[in-house]
Amino acid sequence: MKRKMLVWYGELTTTRSLIKRGLLFLSPGMLWLLAFLVLPGLVLVVVSFASRGAYGELVWEFNLENYKRLAGFGIFGWSADYLVIVWRSVWVALVTTVLSVVLSYPLCFFIARRPERTRYLWLTMVIIPFWTNMVIRTYAWFLILAPELPFARLAAMLGLVSPGSPLYPSAFAVYLGMVSMFLPFVALPLYSSVERLDWELVEAAQDLYASRLRVFTQAILPQTLPGLSVGVILTFVPAMGMFVVPDLLGGAKYMLVGNLIQQQFGASRDWAFGAAISMGLMVLTMFSLYLYRRKSKGAEVLV
Amino acid sequence: MRRTHPLVTILAMFTMAFLYLPLMAVAVFSVNATKYGLVWRGFTLDWYLKLFHNEVILNAAWNTLVLAVVSTIVSTILGTVLAIGMDRFPWSKRVNTFLDMVLHLPVVIPDIILAAALVVAFGLLRMVSSMFEPGLLNMIIGHITFQIAFVALVVRSRLVSLGQEIEEAARDLFASTGYLLRRVTLPLLLPGIVAGGMLAFTLSLDDFVISFFTAGPESVTLPLYIFAAVRRGVTPQIHALSTLVLLITVILVVGTERFSRRR
Repeated sequence: MKRKMLVWYGELTTTRSLIKRGLLFLSPGMLWLLAFLVLPGLVLVVVSFASRGAYGELVWEFNLENYKRLAGFGIFGWSADYLVIVWRSVWVALVTTVLSVVLSYPLCFFIARRPERTRYLWLTMVIIPFWTNMVIRTYAWFLILAPELPFARLAAMLGLVSPGSPLYPSAFAVYLGMVSMFLPFVALPLYSSVERLDWELVEAAQDLYASRLRVFTQAILPQTLPGLSVGVILTFVPAMGMFVVPDLLGGAKYMLVGNLIQQQFGASRDWAFGAAISMGLMVLTMFSLYLYRRKSKGAEVLV
Repeated sequence: MRRTHPLVTILAMFTMAFLYLPLMAVAVFSVNATKYGLVWRGFTLDWYLKLFHNEVILNAAWNTLVLAVVSTIVSTILGTVLAIGMDRFPWSKRVNTFLDMVLHLPVVIPDIILAAALVVAFGLLRMVSSMFEPGLLNMIIGHITFQIAFVALVVRSRLVSLGQEIEEAARDLFASTGYLLRRVTLPLLLPGIVAGGMLAFTLSLDDFVISFFTAGPESVTLPLYIFAAVRRGVTPQIHALSTLVLLITVILVVGTERFSRRR
């Protein structure tokens, strides 16, 4: 047999011995990921077709019942309850993403124009909430929305809530919590693009009497698209699966897919149905990643 | 000099306030002397002192630390070796694509899906061994699983930016594989490894979802404790605990920033 010799990083060796050594390096980490990520993922797919026993145990009878149930076909006929929750999750993720983007642009422009010394300070100020525990950041809104504070009083005066009651749980509180949670996820990648922005192009557009809207869409947006698209995907995908924010700030009134999954693995003890919902969320995730990849290819053409 | 439009400044300040007001409220009410309600009754540090006499909280802090330290050590080692294995060997394009996909999985999928998969997997493993009862071991395994990916990505980007000249030079000077790794590659990689490890540590401290799904009654961590307590109703003691966790985060973030900027 012919051995293929090659020089690799200054070492004269054969492909076969390199691959042998390479496998030695790959195997611990890859075996771990296969054992605790890929394999459980596949098991989850299988379980999503199984059924629930009388005591919440898994029964290995495979059918499409869980998916039918998710689509709304229950013992009492068709109801849209679960589909509404799925749709609401997509909607909340979408609104969260849009609001985060809208707020991130001025913030990034502001930071990019600070003098270098204070710029890092501002940037660190955005990074800190990014790393702060999400339970703390969510429940912190309890205090701001408490009945004793001006915000709830104002809402009570306007007749939006009854006096003496807090502004949570409510859809409004969920949006507040979600946007404040994910804003740094948009702002940080966006900032890396804004920092490299070529302002001469923006000034050229202004010199040519472009309207403010056209300056943004044709001079600023294409240049910041790489950072923006990373931020959008980093927000949209996890926002769909979020369950802490709706659990604490939305209560039973504003359930999202994340809460539904958690319920099946917690109180309801219906792992098979929980697995099926997880698969639904996975499909939504894959679909958004697919859109993102297609869009970002288009973006390259645009720039 | 370009000027910032006043509206941009106003909106930026509004956003900053939006991010920080809730956190500042937690810190303010953690030193408020009243136990119930949110009316200011004077300054006190009692709630902080009480934290250190609360067995449950001390135990949760200990669990959090053990979980973060153990999972960070294991994942940093596994992730670094994995990164070297991926970058420094002539894998075919197809193998590379596969490795890349597996590595990005924990980064892109919502963590609740990973948590659900782990619950089911541990449930099945429990039929084989009682080792996999919900508890610290399961949590450590879960944390390592998502940490490995982040560590490997950070270390790999460092490996790519290192290039191959230095290692080639070492080989030309007759360095053996072990010597090369020990005295050349790893020292050069150290900033990347430390950055990856710090990232893994922060991720572990920050994680709620994976812990929530895999924890047992004996292995409550601080985020889990705060979550459970908040659902019963907020107390100044929880504010004090949260403020401490916040401060630790700030120190970690500023430390990591300094470290990565110095390099």
